[in-house]
Amino acid sequence: MAMNRETHRVARIGLGALYLVMLTPAARTWLEATMTGHMLLQIPLLAAIGFAASRLLPERWQHGLLTTVGGAVPCVAMAIFASSYWMLPRALDAALASPLAEAGKFLSIPLFIGMPLALAWRRLSILGRGFVWSNFYSMLAVLGWLYIAAPVRVCNSYLVNEQVHAGWLMVKLALFLFTWWLASFFIGRQPAPREDESARTSGNASQTHLA
Amino acid sequence: MKRIARSLTATALVTLMGISALWWGTDGLQAFTAETARRTALLGSPRALPAVSLEDQDGRGFSLQDYRGRLLAVEFIYTRCPTLCRSLGMAFRQIRDHVPAAALGKDFALLSISFDTLRDDAASLRDYGRTYGADGKHWRIARVRSEAELKQLLKSFGVVVIDDGLGGFEHNAAIHLLDRDGRLVLISDIDEPLKFAESVAAWL
Repeated sequence: MAMNRETHRVARIGLGALYLVMLTPAARTWLEATMTGHMLLQIPLLAAIGFAASRLLPERWQHGLLTTVGGAVPCVAMAIFASSYWMLPRALDAALASPLAEAGKFLSIPLFIGMPLALAWRRLSILGRGFVWSNFYSMLAVLGWLYIAAPVRVCNSYLVNEQVHAGWLMVKLALFLFTWWLASFFIGRQPAPREDESARTSGNASQTHLA
Repeated sequence: MKRIARSLTATALVTLMGISALWWGTDGLQAFTAETARRTALLGSPRALPAVSLEDQDGRGFSLQDYRGRLLAVEFIYTRCPTLCRSLGMAFRQIRDHVPAAALGKDFALLSISFDTLRDDAASLRDYGRTYGADGKHWRIARVRSEAELKQLLKSFGVVVIDDGLGGFEHNAAIHLLDRDGRLVLISDIDEPLKFAESVAAWL
């Protein structure tokens, strides 16, 4: 149990450090130099940080938060709207041009995409998860295709060939995720009960800590 | 039951906020790119521009404000540009040829501004002008004297210039119209020079 607490502490420090490093001008310049780095590395990483950080919250807080915001459905809706916004080419340009938009990106992606997904995920049925997944990779595929086929440069801050490159990567990523998701049906993994079980045990653990 | 009601209310609220955010972020589902946004933002709200010191193909100093009282078409170029700026030069020539001849120089002028302050000297500006038939009077080719002022000018126009990695630049090419008070009022596509000439004629 002490070990568990120790891992949590290390994970918390690690996540915080990663977030701070990503905030530095050097890391931002590097990741934002290309459309691929910006869209397919920085933004997903920020969402992942939000996701992981929520999982590190005490189990009771996670349950409390989820109940307060009204359950899994509004969480999923929030993540879908926020990710749609950050898929707008205009949002990328704005983040590069204005520090306020950049700050908005660093706050809204972990808080409005990563965190609600983390809170909702365990409560979602296989159907709900399927909805989230299929929604995600179909948006990715459509966006990628738009970037490849667009007759215009969609971002003033990125080169045209960079846009086509990012577009192809998005299409490939969508195909890969779809295949992976489809394959997971045939492997016959049953993640839901096991995760619930571990959630319950770690929930008990955090309660004992508190007590 | 209470839980379901809460979930429904929250979902409705999130949906409402999400749609508002997307609506706001795209100017009412109209502008999905920064380029469209920069154009629609001008509708009904002309933008004042900074006073920067420019220098034309003959080395004469002037500023945008010297054109007050006249309409001014502005394009941003660099003279070594092999692609977009050629279309820009051609478009400018078509505009010059299509606005009423009597207005040229008196009520309307054209200005090509280079953003390659380092490499475009007076001689290359003159060459560029000669290539496209600019007379150097009603249509001048200019450069910005200082790099800092260039940045300021590009920012105010919303023009983004990026290195293409091949010794050139990629930039959001367009044709800009300044009204008689020197404010930016219209941004037009480079492949529609005749439409732009019509808009100019309407403003005259």
